[in-house]
Amino acid sequence: MAGGGRTVFDVFFRLLLPAGLLCLTGCDGPQSTLQPAGDAARVTAALWWGMFGVSVLVTAGVTLLWLYALRARSETPDAAQQRRAQRWLMMGGGVALPVIAIVVLLGFGIPAGHGMLPWPDDERPPLRIEVTGHQWWWQVHYPEAGVTAVNQLHLPVDRPVDLHVRSADVIHAFWVPRLGGKIDAIPGRTNVLRLRATETGTMRAQCAEFCGLRHAHMTMTVQVLPAPAFDQWLERQP
Amino acid sequence: MNGEYGRPALDPARGDAGRRHDEFNRVWGNPRGLRALTIVNHTTVGRNFMLAGGVFFLLGGLMAMLIRTQLALPGQDWLPPDIYNQLFTMHGTVMMFLFAVPVLEGLAMYLIPKMIGARDLVFPRLSAFGFWCYIFGGTILLASLALGIAPDTGWFMYTPLSGAEHTPGPNADFWLIGITFVEISAVSAGVELVVSIMRTRTRGMTLQTMPLFAWYILAMALMIVFGFPPLILGSILLELERAAGLPFFDVARGGDPVLWQHLFWLFGHPEVYIIFLPAAGIVSTLLPVFARRPIVGYRWVVLSVITTAFISFGLWVHHMFTIGIPQLAQAFFSMASMLVAIPTGVQIFSWLATLWTGRPVFHVPMLWITGFLVIFIAGGLTGVMLALVPFNWQVHDTHFVVAHMHYVLVGGMLFPLVAGLYYWLPHFTGRMPSRTLSRWGFWLTFGGFNLTFLVMHLTGLLGMPRRVYTYETGLGWDWPNLVSSVGSFVMAAGVAVVLLDLLIHGLYGRRAGINPWQADTLEWATATPPSPYNFMSLPPVSSRHPLWDDPSLPEAIAEGRYALAVANHGRRETWGSDPVSGRVREVVHLPGNAWWPFVSALVLAVMCIGLLSKQYLFAALAAGVSLVLLLRWSWENGAHPNAAPDARTAEGDPPLHSRTFDGPGLWGMVVTLLADGALYMALLFGWFYLWTVAPQWQLPADSRVDWPLWLLASALMVGGWWLFRRRVQRLRDGEDEGLERALWLIAAIGLVQCVTLVATWHGSVLAPRATSHDAVITVFLLYLLLHCALATVMTTLQALRVRSGYVGRLAPYEPAVVEYWWAYCALVCGVTFAAVVLWPLGWGGV
Repeated sequence: MAGGGRTVFDVFFRLLLPAGLLCLTGCDGPQSTLQPAGDAARVTAALWWGMFGVSVLVTAGVTLLWLYALRARSETPDAAQQRRAQRWLMMGGGVALPVIAIVVLLGFGIPAGHGMLPWPDDERPPLRIEVTGHQWWWQVHYPEAGVTAVNQLHLPVDRPVDLHVRSADVIHAFWVPRLGGKIDAIPGRTNVLRLRATETGTMRAQCAEFCGLRHAHMTMTVQVLPAPAFDQWLERQP
Repeated sequence: MNGEYGRPALDPARGDAGRRHDEFNRVWGNPRGLRALTIVNHTTVGRNFMLAGGVFFLLGGLMAMLIRTQLALPGQDWLPPDIYNQLFTMHGTVMMFLFAVPVLEGLAMYLIPKMIGARDLVFPRLSAFGFWCYIFGGTILLASLALGIAPDTGWFMYTPLSGAEHTPGPNADFWLIGITFVEISAVSAGVELVVSIMRTRTRGMTLQTMPLFAWYILAMALMIVFGFPPLILGSILLELERAAGLPFFDVARGGDPVLWQHLFWLFGHPEVYIIFLPAAGIVSTLLPVFARRPIVGYRWVVLSVITTAFISFGLWVHHMFTIGIPQLAQAFFSMASMLVAIPTGVQIFSWLATLWTGRPVFHVPMLWITGFLVIFIAGGLTGVMLALVPFNWQVHDTHFVVAHMHYVLVGGMLFPLVAGLYYWLPHFTGRMPSRTLSRWGFWLTFGGFNLTFLVMHLTGLLGMPRRVYTYETGLGWDWPNLVSSVGSFVMAAGVAVVLLDLLIHGLYGRRAGINPWQADTLEWATATPPSPYNFMSLPPVSSRHPLWDDPSLPEAIAEGRYALAVANHGRRETWGSDPVSGRVREVVHLPGNAWWPFVSALVLAVMCIGLLSKQYLFAALAAGVSLVLLLRWSWENGAHPNAAPDARTAEGDPPLHSRTFDGPGLWGMVVTLLADGALYMALLFGWFYLWTVAPQWQLPADSRVDWPLWLLASALMVGGWWLFRRRVQRLRDGEDEGLERALWLIAAIGLVQCVTLVATWHGSVLAPRATSHDAVITVFLLYLLLHCALATVMTTLQALRVRSGYVGRLAPYEPAVVEYWWAYCALVCGVTFAAVVLWPLGWGGV
């Protein structure tokens, strides 16, 4: 029975290794945060890869220390050695490690978050689009052009867009993963989400807050067009 | 018997020890057959909590397997969305409310008295009552699933989706009523654990020599006391909105759905630590035993436990980063969420340092603790990532969060729990686990878990939201979902092996001797399995490691060499001690087996069924009957002959607690009032929140509160309290002349006050169905009326007890307890008056 553990371990690795390799090629998709096509999503993906790397190091490091400490041994370190080890582990690992990690993380994170906010921009006023969540569809309205669409969002590339998100019934969440983070559509409120697409193409949006029976089907096609094509599209609408 | 697993146990059936055992068993013994429903002993109740929690865990696990089967391949719909929504809602609800919290509370109830050298918890009948509420509430909830009308709006029950308009059926009511019923057991266990730990430690066990596990449980219990009431209030408000049409979360009538989110996560985040802290307590208990040295940095660990408990109440908004709250608030909650990594880091490295400087031996529990460490660190790190607002905006409500949460909860709770089950198996059953099958169980669970949830991080990053019953192909989600589903079945197989292993070894394993792991804490000084009275005599304690200091302690205890070693007086006794120094102050006499807890909980369950079927008259009737039962239960207390047949104590022993002024009941009242106060604070928070934040807050044009009457009602309450206080003071001076008359007078004041409150309601122009403003005022008035009515009833009972001779100069204990209730009522009357009548004046309204 001693081999029991190892067999399972083998199976475990045999399945995990290809999974890891697949990941390297499998990060893309029409709704993948790891294939960014906009400013906010790009910053977030970069944050993710950085945090991922550090986390793997920390998990592996602590696990190795733990396994080393677990080894069978008969000798006990003397009192001075014990005190030293304890001080280093408690102060270094318990206090310094998380403090440094938090400071570094906030150092990157706060400016990143700040840059995503819908600050007023007089030089290049953002395009205003009103998005309203319904059970279970999206209404998209372009107030300047007087155009309304259902379950499709057209955006100009390289131009900041302010999405004014509302709900007509229950709470939904508006989310285009390849462009940036999500924002909730809450009855009685209007939340503003600033996005800027940097690549043209077709991608996917999906409601992220559970909203009832057909929540899984509350999706939307997102088309990022070059500016002239976008204007043409607006004019073509009734 | 094998020497490796401790010395052979004493045979209690022989000689002198046998005679004493029989004497104790006459007082403490558990009845069989139908009368087993009357058992209140903590060993039995704690074990039943764990067994029931185990059954709910398996049911919740089955739901998870159905969910994973549905998601294994894209485009599947063999589970229709309505069923799938019920399943994922119930999976979360069952695992959180019916498994994680009760099973840990059960373990704490089982262990705490033994670890602190007591014979039982301090309110044994309350434990039994909590257990039955838990069983009946859980059964009601699961019955809804069997009927296909289970809650289907997520375990977080966000409004307006869970409101009457969008969920017209009884589904949401099952959640709100069933869970609130179950929470009675959580809060009552919380109160009981706090008072037991503070007041019934054995002679000499100071706060600094208390086992670490008791610190963890003390923190958990206090967190329950403060953390659960906001959700209870939220559930009551939502049920009032659904059933009676009072708007609290409806924007059009001046409410706000975000208020529900605040109330829910005000509970929901501490909840995570309520689950994690006891599990970490298991690790801190086991690790030193297997490292064969005391834990490194006891004070550091205690400090980080307290810090964690405090910080966890300041993090709830990190579940709401996408609702569009102000930036400054987001930055604050982001930072606070990360700060919790520091006390957690201190604990992890204290464990590491303990291993590092010890001489570790490897047994089955260590395998699970190592698994815990790896998984929990990974989960903690993704937790810090999620606290970073821009990253949170991206992965919130995706499968990344599902993965993170399972890393923290399964890694942080289930793995230490299984380690604990293996470790205490000899304690529960008197038999040892073995290494063969347990390894299979561990590796299958560990491998299956990581296969399921490691990949799921990627599923989330690829953009898959949570709570979708199906997905299209071509989004890159196919293979990670299939891997997760396969992994979940491997994990299920692992759980099955673990259960089989625990069952086989619990029944047929090798016999355990005394203290088989050579542990240091007092629970290993009992027999295995323990007698209902735990210890034949209560030993004094002077260090954190009583069994390492004196390995022969179990034998000396069983021989009755220490305190309170007689039971011929028919009382169940344990020490009542000073909360800090552990100095013995009184002899606490504990109530024995009774039908009251079972019957009261049963009638409350009937009341819940009445509410669910909207038979409100019937429900009111059941509520009345249960109140009568609870009051009748409280009658057998203090100097009542059923509670203490004989008031004499041995020479040199302190008096019985019912003959003093500072018994556990007083502490129980204070901790209960803390919970009640937390509920009241949540209501007050809701009031001010709606005033300042609700998007369409409105003051009704013709709303008018009859403030002079309200002022009179508040003044009456303060006056009643003042009179009560004076009487208790005179009782303290040994004077009970005219006590009964005074109590009747105070009860009459209470009655007049209740009538005045009703008149206030009658004289005010309120339209509680039209605006949140009037709805909240109505709830305030109902809250006050309920409290003042209870004050009146309790005072009446006190007057009757004086007449019966159960309360007086010689047994002065109870009026002091009731006085606290009056003080609380006077306080909330005043604060409510200020909030409802004075605050709007300052705001410029009404």
